[in-house]
Amino acid sequence: MISFDRVSKRYAEGHDALREVSLDIARDELVFLTGHSGAGKSTLLRMIMLMERPTRGQVVIDGQNLGAVGPRGIPRHRRNIGVVFQNHRLLYDRNVFDNVALPLVIAGHDHREVGRRVRAALDKVGLLERERAMPVTLSGGEQQRVGIARAVVGKPRILLADEPTGNLDPALSAEIMQLFEEFNQVGVTVLIASHDLGLISRLRHRIITLRQGRLVSGSAA
Amino acid sequence: MSFRLLGVRAAQGVRREGASHSRTGLRDRYHAWLQHHRLSAADSMHRVLDNPVSSAMTWLVIGIALALPSGLNVALDNVSQLSASWDSPAQISLFLHDEVSDERALALQAELSARADVSLSRFVSREEALEEFRSLSGFADVLSSLQDNPLPHLVVVAPAADAQQAVVAALRAELEAYPDVAQAVLDMEWLQRLDTMMLLGRRLVWAVAGLLILGVLLILGNTIRLAIESRREEIVIVKLVGGSNAFVRRPFLYTGLWYGVGGGLFAALLVAASLWFLQGSVADLARLYHSEFRLRGLGVMGGLNLIILGGLLGLAGAWLAVSRHLAAIQPR
Repeated sequence: MISFDRVSKRYAEGHDALREVSLDIARDELVFLTGHSGAGKSTLLRMIMLMERPTRGQVVIDGQNLGAVGPRGIPRHRRNIGVVFQNHRLLYDRNVFDNVALPLVIAGHDHREVGRRVRAALDKVGLLERERAMPVTLSGGEQQRVGIARAVVGKPRILLADEPTGNLDPALSAEIMQLFEEFNQVGVTVLIASHDLGLISRLRHRIITLRQGRLVSGSAA
Repeated sequence: MSFRLLGVRAAQGVRREGASHSRTGLRDRYHAWLQHHRLSAADSMHRVLDNPVSSAMTWLVIGIALALPSGLNVALDNVSQLSASWDSPAQISLFLHDEVSDERALALQAELSARADVSLSRFVSREEALEEFRSLSGFADVLSSLQDNPLPHLVVVAPAADAQQAVVAALRAELEAYPDVAQAVLDMEWLQRLDTMMLLGRRLVWAVAGLLILGVLLILGNTIRLAIESRREEIVIVKLVGGSNAFVRRPFLYTGLWYGVGGGLFAALLVAASLWFLQGSVADLARLYHSEFRLRGLGVMGGLNLIILGGLLGLAGAWLAVSRHLAAIQPR
């Protein structure tokens, strides 16, 4: 589902964010991506999102070589990937419902379908009764769950998460991880970047470790 | 559901559930596109109306900029209407040779009157002319000291009412060739001068309009740029979850459209108000000249045209801003 073939990324100022990274993630996998900050976790995720292009090597997502996706193809590509951000990245002048509905609105769905799927997603993350709330009135954990609902509402094949538990306490973090496992069980490929080794090593999934842009373990299942 | 900018309605699409990612048909997409247009339009309108003071300022600036050239144009229309309403736009004065007798002059006048391309001719004898000159000029003493009358006989000819300028000029040349006629003078120069001045006026209006339209575009572009800046984070998020450039662009284009349409409306109101303000004095003036002249305004079509022009300028200004600034906002 996600395949990196000797991918390197060198920024203009000469810093190497990724060096010769090769990995393969299968359709039904949940994989953790770990390493110190600056090890290249975010760069790797950003390449999958096409926020970044590799300097060398190629990335193939769901059979699509991203090198062949032009600027006009980027929106369509992103619609097939759900992303959860560390800082939530919600629209703070819209309520919870509208935030979660955004990907469906962009993809162009019937409004009844939108209502149905948004409520299903909110139900899944346990925020159904808060659909009219504004994000600022929610706690950090709740905001993160709104972000997760938004990421999964479009039924993406791939779910990416960048430090989804970064600001949460251990109990909430475990809950969030459990949510990701549930999505993985219904067939979504999940890739989570996290430096919370204590938490992720308790969950029995593959862990890919990056160090200074190099992949040091977990390249294949 | 309070979708403001967000929101989509589409036909009852058949969707594949489960692991397969969502698919939407062409018809669904069309409906969704239409719905997003509707919601973008409504949301942009809300945003414009949510800041009534700053929006009114923008409308007023655009309104003034559009009202100036269109007001000038209305003024020129009125002047040309006025000049067209004069019954005899031109007359030809035929000065006869000194030796021509009264009888021959009268015969000439009768002959000219019979011509199809002459609507009227009038004989002014040298005596009448002298008398008229004496009473009007105030040179009575000087004139009475003259031994003989220096003035020639005069036949004044008015060409047919619908005659073109070139036809009138040809007629003048033809009349000058008459053996009794010493000189034929076409009293049309002042009209030509007026025409030339009108032409100059129109050119001036176009130049002023061009400059002000450029100004309107820049004002709108800047207003939209500020709107884009204030929603930068939102644009980034929409792009991150797969919003296309067209999707992101749409609400800003509508914002420009609303500013432009409002500006056009203000311009039409300003022109109407100025005309209303002038109407009284113009009517007084016209009464003094025993004229039925009334100021002609923009009319419904003129007002509509202004609003449409405003809308188009709004779209164009927004497009300028959007194409320059939106592409630069990329998720980082």
